[in-house]
Order: sequence, then C-alpha cells, then structure tokens
Amino acid sequence: MGVSVGKDPGTRPVPRLRPPGRVPWALALPAALAAAFALLPLVYLGVRALEHGPGYAWNIVTTERAAQLLGHSVALAAVVVTACLVLGISLAWLTTRTNLPWARGWAVLVTLPLAVPSYVAAFAWLSAVPELSGFTGSALSLTLVSFPYVHLPVAAALRRTDPAQEEAARSLGLGPLRTFRRVTLPQLRPAAAGGAVLVALYVLSDFGAVSLMQYDTFTRGIYTSYRASFDRTPAAALSVVLVVLTVALVATEARTRGRAGYARTGTGTARPADPAPLGKWLAPALGWCAAVTAAAVAFPLATLGYWLAVGNSATWDPARLTETATATLGVAAAGAALTTVLALPIGVIAARHRGRTAHLLEQAAYAGHALPGITIALSLVFFAVRYAHPLYQELPLLVGAYAVLFLPVAVAATRAAVLQAPPLLEDVARSLGRGPWRVLREITVPLAAPGVAAGAALTFVVCMKELPATLLLRPTGMDTLATRLWTETGTASYAAAAPYAAALILLAAIPSYLLGRHRT
Amino acid sequence: MRRSSVRRLALPALALGLLAPALAACSDEPADLVIYSGRNEDLVEPLLEKLEKELDANVEVRYGDSAELAAQILEEGDKTEAGLFFSQDAGALGALSKEGVLTPLPQPTLDKVEEAYRGGEGDWVGVSGRVRVLAYHPGKAGTPPDSVHELTGPEWKGKVGFAPNNASFQAFVTGMRVLEGDDATLEWLKGFKANSPKTYESNTDILEAVDSGEVSAGLINHYYWYEKAAEEGEDKLTAKLHFLPGGDPGGLVNVAGVGLLKGADTKEADYAQRAADFLLGEQAQTYFAEETKEYPLAAGVAPAEGLPALDSLEAPEINLGELDSLKETLAMLQEAGLV
Repeated sequence: MGVSVGKDPGTRPVPRLRPPGRVPWALALPAALAAAFALLPLVYLGVRALEHGPGYAWNIVTTERAAQLLGHSVALAAVVVTACLVLGISLAWLTTRTNLPWARGWAVLVTLPLAVPSYVAAFAWLSAVPELSGFTGSALSLTLVSFPYVHLPVAAALRRTDPAQEEAARSLGLGPLRTFRRVTLPQLRPAAAGGAVLVALYVLSDFGAVSLMQYDTFTRGIYTSYRASFDRTPAAALSVVLVVLTVALVATEARTRGRAGYARTGTGTARPADPAPLGKWLAPALGWCAAVTAAAVAFPLATLGYWLAVGNSATWDPARLTETATATLGVAAAGAALTTVLALPIGVIAARHRGRTAHLLEQAAYAGHALPGITIALSLVFFAVRYAHPLYQELPLLVGAYAVLFLPVAVAATRAAVLQAPPLLEDVARSLGRGPWRVLREITVPLAAPGVAAGAALTFVVCMKELPATLLLRPTGMDTLATRLWTETGTASYAAAAPYAAALILLAAIPSYLLGRHRT
Repeated sequence: MRRSSVRRLALPALALGLLAPALAACSDEPADLVIYSGRNEDLVEPLLEKLEKELDANVEVRYGDSAELAAQILEEGDKTEAGLFFSQDAGALGALSKEGVLTPLPQPTLDKVEEAYRGGEGDWVGVSGRVRVLAYHPGKAGTPPDSVHELTGPEWKGKVGFAPNNASFQAFVTGMRVLEGDDATLEWLKGFKANSPKTYESNTDILEAVDSGEVSAGLINHYYWYEKAAEEGEDKLTAKLHFLPGGDPGGLVNVAGVGLLKGADTKEADYAQRAADFLLGEQAQTYFAEETKEYPLAAGVAPAEGLPALDSLEAPEINLGELDSLKETLAMLQEAGLV
C-alpha cells in the first residue's frame, strides 16, 4: 500500500506515508450532516414516487417515451461535456501557461458566461439564427454557458502544478504537444473530470435552454408532466431516473479517477511555470480566445443591447434595480458561504480517503444535482412546511436550498484543490501531535485555499442566476435579478428585462475578475 | 490569486455571507392576506396594490408560474400561507378543486359571472377572459380561415405556428375533445402534425414569427397582440388577429380566475373572500379591460376599444369546469407526436 501507481507513465507516483485509515470523526460528522442535507430531495422523491405504489411508478419510467427522452438527455450531455472539455482546457492552458497577450483579461472574460442564464443564451442564438433550434441549438447554448465549470478548476490546477515534471519531459526530448498530453493533462485530470461531471449534471437538469430550443429532454418531460397533470407522482418517478443516472456518472468518474498522485512533495513551494512561447501559434490562439469570448459573452450582451434599443417598455427603475441587485448579492454570498463550508469536509474526505464511506459521502453530495430545480424546490417546500415551518419562505431556507442545489460545485473544487496539496505535510503535522482540526485549518485549507476560493466564487455566480427554487422559497415580496428577469420576459418586456440580465453578468464579473486577475 | 489575498478576503466574505440572512431576517409584520399569483407581476401588481388599499390590510403577493404554484400549494397542504390563489388559467384551479384544497365560494360571488366561467364545484371563479385566436400575416395568409380544421389543408403546410407546451394551447385541445370527441380530436391533431407546423415555446414567440412572416398564421391568445402593440406601437405590427366564428373550438374562451384556500384561517379567509369580490368589482374589471386587454366577465364592464364584444364572438359553448382532463390531452398530444 506504500506506493500508489499512476496509470499514465507520465505521472510520478507519490509515496503515501499514511495507512489508508478511517476517516476522522472531526471530518466525518460535518460531512455526514452536509450529505444528509443534500439527500433531502431524494427522500421526498421516494415519498412521492411511491405514493400510488411501485407498479404505478415503474409503468411511468418504462414507457418508450421515457427511454427516448433519456436518450436525448444523455446524447446532449455527452456532446456538451466533450465541447466544454476542449474549450475549458484549451483556454485554461492559454491563459495560465503561455505568453498570450492580455492573458488576465481573457481569463476574466471567459469566466463571465457562467452568469448568463441558459435561457438568455438560447434566446440570443434563436433570435439571431432561428434554424438553430433542436439538438444543435441546445448543445451550442449549453456549451457556451457551462464551459467555465471546466475552465476555472483547470486554470486553478495549472497555476499550482509544478512545471518541473514538464521541464524534465521536455529535456528528454518530448515535444510541447506530447508533453502536454502525457505530463500536464494527467495532472489536470481531477480538476477536468470534476468539471465535466458538473457540466453533465447541469445539462441533465437544464430546462431554460432546451425549452426555448424545443429539444425534448428528460427534464423537459418532467416539467411537462408537472404542468399537465398536477399529479406529482409521474414527475417524481421520472426524477428518480435522473438520480440513478447521476449516481452512475459520479461512480464511474470516481472509479476511473485512478490512483495516481497529483501533489508534489519537494522542498519549498511550487515554482510558477515559465510561459510557453506561442510563436507562430500566437495569432490562432488569440483568434480562439476572441471567438469564444465573442460567442459566449459579447453576443449575449449585444442581444441585451438590442433588447434595450427595441421597444418602449424600458422603464429604467434604478432604485428597484439597485435594491434587487443588493438582495441578490446578499443571498448569493450567503449561499456561497454556506455551500463552501458544507463542502469542505466532503471535499477533503473525497480527496484524502478511499473506501465506502468516502464514496458514499461524495455520491450523496452529488445525488440531487441533476434534478430539475422545480423538483428540488418542491422537496424543500415539503420538508420545510412539515419540520421547519418558522423558516418556511424565510431567507435561511432559501440559502439552504442553494447549498443543496450547488453543493457539488463546491465539493468538486475543494476536492481538486486538496488533491494538489501534498498529503505528506498533513502526515508530518499529525505526527507532531496536531489534531485533525488543526491540520485541516493550518495545512490543508491554506494549501487548498485558491481552489476552494474558486469554488466559492463559482457557487456565488450560480446562486445569483438560480430561478426555480428562488421563486418558490424566497420571502414573499423579495426579488432577485433572476426572478425579475423571469417576470419581465414573461410579458415579453425584453427591454425591461435587459437591465436585470446585464446586472447579473456585470455582478458575476466581480468574482471572475478576482479569479482571473492573478497570474502566476 | 495569491494565497495571502485569498485569506484576507475569505474570512470577511464568509462572515458577511453567513450574517447576511440573519441581518435581513428582521421580518416585517405578518400579512393579513397572502396571495399566490400565477399571473405576471408586471400585469397585475398595480391592481393588487389597489386591492390592498381597498381592503385596508397588509396583502403580500408571491408571484410564480400557475402550475408550479399549484404544485406548491398541494405540497403545503393545510399549512399553506396562502388565502387566495390567482391563477392564469382554469386548468390549475380545476386541479386544486379536484384535490379538495379549495373552499366553496358564496353564491352571490359566483353569480357575478356566467356559469360557463366558473368551477363546477363552485369553488373557483373566473375574473377575466382570454380568447383563442388566429394571428395571421395579411401578406402571406390572404384571407384567414374560419376554422382550425382548415389548417390541416395542403395550402397551410409548414406555415402555421403553435406552442404545444403552452397551457392555453393545451386547454384548446381539451376543449376540442369536449366539443368534438376524442377520436375526431386525435384525427385533427395527426392531420395538423402531418402538415409540419412550426413549434414555439410561447404565444409571444408565435406572434413574433407571424409578424416577421416566418409563418403565415399562428394559434395564440388574443391579448398578446395588444401587448405587443403597446410595446412596439400598433403601426409597426404586420400581424393581424382573426376571431374564429361559428363556435369553432379554435375560438375557445378561457379565463384567469381565483380560488379560496381551505388552509387559511378565518381572518385570512374573510380577506380572501373580499379580495375575490374586489376582483369581480367594477374597478378591477375595468383594469382587466384597459390594462391587460382581457375580457371583463362581471360588473357590466365593456372590453377595451378595438375588441369585439364577448357575446358577439360566437365562441364554442363549453363549461370550463370540464377542461380538467389535461392528462388525457397530453397523452393524446404525445400520441400525435406533437410534444
């Protein structure tokens, strides 16, 4: 057990001094609480799906149509994940490891698409190219809003990997491409795979883009079922299928994760890599960054500009906009803080421990993430009115909903960051008599801080644009930018909606700027 | 990001994040009446502010999607905060009535509208009417047809826009099933599908497509055209409306309405009752006529200028309480391959 062997010849095994022991209580207990919290929607689904007996539910999920919808969802997720990996990894490498001009600027810009709600992206593309509807349009708009899920963690990982291995590979005569493929890429695996899983789950749960693009996915079927029959059983039964799919996906990812080590254990800190000279590739690289930015950021913004220019319903209400923006910042900050705190123990366990407990905790955190927002929202309504009635439709519950919804976003970021911190340092600290909490506080968290911060920023942005749960759980009378946007587009007052959409993207620029600003 | 700056930022951010809800949770006084509104805030907020003044009570409104709010009310059960459900369509009210969460309304309130526009159990009542119409592009459609049955003809191939997932469209199909029977409706749906209609997500998108000539005609609710005219100026609209005559199922009159929730306490129920009466009163009915361009259903108020009178429409005679078999409609739409 002393040495873990990487699958890839380019990855150097890292000696593991610790026996793969049990998860310490100090970590397990808070992680179990967080996981239990994330599992609430599943309990609800069980209650609702089995309301009319298992046979009834079984008949719903085994129809030809359910199979067809599932096929659509899986195909869409596969295409979007592949495209996001290409976009995310290429942009992360260009902005962190090369002499690309304005790298910081690009790094900030390519984070912004996260703030674009999928239905805004879909709307923009549809109004420009109506033929796009269906699979192509859905894949395009979902890729352009979700590739930062891959880009951000990969960029964070690239900043922290020590270039020594790559330099060694280069000195042994490997070309830059082969070095990237055989040395750099394997080190990025946890970050990229974590991002890919998030993208897949995002695609599975998305309703905004696919409904505008008229592409029938599983989630769209669930929404239709709610609207058609008001019978919550079919929707719940179908939702269970998404949960099974999620668990399978997360388990597969965990199994193929390999046992390679990702951390360096040398003296001192990781040295920043020398930027690779792009040479004749400079122009294509710039063109690539510009094209992605244009499609994912400039284009939606231009559409918003067009909304403002057209129509005369643009009742600029700066007071209301400010109030809404402030409320949005508040709940999103609270949501990001709570989510990050809950994700820390799970992320650390997932990175540091193997075995059933670690697996179960991680899968629990992810289980509900592919569910449509409406399903999660209704499950929280169900529990809150029964067991936390004083909190129902109060802010703490909304913040809690964000934590349930976005726990995996923060867990993935934490896990990838902790994997890159050498376990050796923790072992040394433990051997010097430090308790698990102190080790976590003084060693693990500081080392993983940039990655955890990236996860928090990511969570902050996705909380800001969350719609279905916010609609049902917000305090009566409170608005966020996303709910105002929904209200205004509901009456086709696009001109009045534009300021709210623009504010969303601008506010998301703040964490993006902080994340992209620093270049090592 | 440098580690030092991360740590400098992290703690204050964390503290702020966790404190924000605590600071904001200083809730105001409890509401006398909570309304769940499936109708859009932009459309009804001014009216509900008038209602608050009228009742001289603290009224809180939660806006959302009618179907989702109905599901929320069902999850809340008797613990619901809501006293009144203001729905965009009769379907959601019918569903709540079926689940037995609505209280019967007093006869004088029910009698303010015609029997066709209220629930069969007397536990919900329509407050404003919306008519299914054909929007058409005069340059492309020439003379618009007088029946949806003509839309399955070859001259309309690929030229009709519709929104299969829209509640109003589904209500129209349900209406057709009630009027003409399931077999005839399925046949029409299959013929309609074979004619390659263009699908859109909403009435707004259909009207947009008709206006630009992307399609020659589209099935929508009447007031979208008036909304668009208000937004962009009537002179800029190419699309025109055609009200289908002769009791054609395509000319169904549907309603937005209200129901009182059983879960409300006596005091709130009283306010909810008064709110329902207010919405059927002259002030509110005039608001629906003038502001949302819908058809007033009570208090003898006339519709907005430019709209044909409701009783001149030759709408199909149908009891809206019968439009609650949405599940069967959906199954039929799936069988025809339209959703």
